[in-house]
Amino acid sequence: MLRFLTRRVLGAIVILLAITAVTYFLFFVLPSDPARLACGKNCSNPDVVKAIHHRMGLDLPVYQQYWDYIRGIFVGRHMPDGQNCPAPCFGFSFVNDQPIWPTLTDRYPTTLSLAVGGSAAFLVIGVGLGMLSAWQQGKTFDRVASSISLVGNSVQIYFIGPLAIALFADNLGWLDHGHDPTWGSDPTGSFSGLVLPCLVMSVIFWSNYSRQTRSLMVEQLAEDHIRTARAKGMSSRYVFFRYALRGAAASIITIFGIDLGSVFGGAIITEATFGLHGLGTLAVNAVLGLDLPMEMAVMIFSASAIVIFNILVDTAYAIIDPRIRLS
Amino acid sequence: MTILTKPEAEPVPQGSEHFLSVRDLYVQFATEDGTVKAVDGLSFDLDRGKTLGIVGESGSGKSVTNMAILGLHNPRNTTIAGEIVLDGQELTGASPKTLEKLRGKKMSMVFQDSLTALSPYYTVGRQIAEPYMKHMGASKKEARDRAVEMLRRVGIPQPQTRVDDYPHQFSGGMRQRAMIAMALVCDPDLVIADEPTTALDVTVQAQILDLLKDLQQESGTSIILITHDLGVIAHTADDVVVMYAGRAVERGTVRDILKTPEHPYAWGLLGSIPRLSSSVDVPLAPIPGSPPSLLNPPPGCPFHTRCAFVDQVEGDRCRTERPVLPEGRGSACHLTADQKRDIFIEQIQPRLR
Repeated sequence: MLRFLTRRVLGAIVILLAITAVTYFLFFVLPSDPARLACGKNCSNPDVVKAIHHRMGLDLPVYQQYWDYIRGIFVGRHMPDGQNCPAPCFGFSFVNDQPIWPTLTDRYPTTLSLAVGGSAAFLVIGVGLGMLSAWQQGKTFDRVASSISLVGNSVQIYFIGPLAIALFADNLGWLDHGHDPTWGSDPTGSFSGLVLPCLVMSVIFWSNYSRQTRSLMVEQLAEDHIRTARAKGMSSRYVFFRYALRGAAASIITIFGIDLGSVFGGAIITEATFGLHGLGTLAVNAVLGLDLPMEMAVMIFSASAIVIFNILVDTAYAIIDPRIRLS
Repeated sequence: MTILTKPEAEPVPQGSEHFLSVRDLYVQFATEDGTVKAVDGLSFDLDRGKTLGIVGESGSGKSVTNMAILGLHNPRNTTIAGEIVLDGQELTGASPKTLEKLRGKKMSMVFQDSLTALSPYYTVGRQIAEPYMKHMGASKKEARDRAVEMLRRVGIPQPQTRVDDYPHQFSGGMRQRAMIAMALVCDPDLVIADEPTTALDVTVQAQILDLLKDLQQESGTSIILITHDLGVIAHTADDVVVMYAGRAVERGTVRDILKTPEHPYAWGLLGSIPRLSSSVDVPLAPIPGSPPSLLNPPPGCPFHTRCAFVDQVEGDRCRTERPVLPEGRGSACHLTADQKRDIFIEQIQPRLR
């Protein structure tokens, strides 16, 4: 187990380095120049542009810049303009010259909470519906659920989001409008502010997970070892939950691992829909403003999150299926 | 197996009754193409401590019959009619809850392919212990000790440690032993072994059959052994039912079936066994054709499409009239007793040498 984790963590670091390198070098392939953008519309003085280049550190060779950036994350650095940037240093924004790290720590709880909360919601609801369908296989509930999941498959967050706000928050008043969580100071408020966004985000995943779960359960229930368990006199419910679900869970977790990217994508669309301040708007603004340090920071954060979740998923998979060796 | 002369007799709880008695069993599946008559009027009996072999090709209804005894068919698309009386208790009309309580405790099953028939997600020990906890009300600890004991009884070395292994860590023969341990953990009165040795190599096959025999002698269990392999039957069974197209076509003691078989289908089964002693120049004699469709079985004798002796029966009866299996020793065939004896001695027996 320890060996497996060590290997996976080392592998993850390599992947992250590769991602950061590609992102960094791609930026310089683009023909646009952040210094010109910072200099303003009528900026024609090459000396001013050169000065800005120097302040941003863009006059150094690209590999040197990349090295300084990565080193700064671990040990901190002095910026070319003399500002001190303690570790973990992600640099200063090209746009407003603010340090990146505090902005990031300010924004990531929203996105992470949405990703985790949304996943929990669609796993509980989607897998739950799928299990009910499998239990009621061929009966009315199963048919109704499969028709509804077709509808669920065709909705979008930015479409149902405003509808849900109008219905559940404005008209019925059952749920909060949705606001950014501040976990430390106000846990309950943070939670209630996330319920509606998480539910809305989960809707687009329901149909997929309920259909997959249903077919996995039906498949599992037809396995020989299910018949053996019934031949031992185990009850239908026991067989369903202990034997069939165990087998289906392994596959559901695999599907979830593949979906992690979409989960973060969904979280970013959701925060835009609900006007929350997460990494999504930050990323969009960074790209539009040619704000390389911010782009890098958001990229490193989301890539790390996905890599870490993937390791967790693989570990869970190995715990569920003893035939998988962790090595 | 003794002869039952009163098929409609009331179950008497005394020892005069057979331990298991199946009468006029019909099992039908509703499918999109129509009704499949998987078992079509089957009767047999089994006494305590005896072994009944059920022989037949794939699709002859062997496994379906035994799934029906255990009540494992899906009631949504299966119709079961007839009588299954186990130790005085009628099973075809029993509630699912009643059957659930009997399964694993009074009757249990050993399945064919132990790799797929055991769950890959739980340890062998847990899978053996589960029915013991459910039926005997044992604690986790007691059930685990019982699982170790059962593994030792079926000859698994170091049962204290192997009990925590998963099925994929066992060899094929060991898995089958574990499967037998699982079936026997609650000391059932009836064990149905569905092709228990098919997936195993020959030396292990013999070990498993010996094991079943030994365990039967220790505990007096009745065994139904389903197989397509007459060699397995010769080794273990007391009585034999030969099944074809959902019906019993011949029954008798194991000696009857192997030494003086009467039904052309049984002759075919015997003729298709390879023998080490036979000359390599003489080809095996497989039964021509394939089993009939159970959706619309042929009229008359279901075997007439593959039978070489149809012409020897007068008046085309094989194609029009369903032969009846007499009670006790006998076969469902229109050939006269003399014809059966003569054909077997003159045409079949020489080929079996």
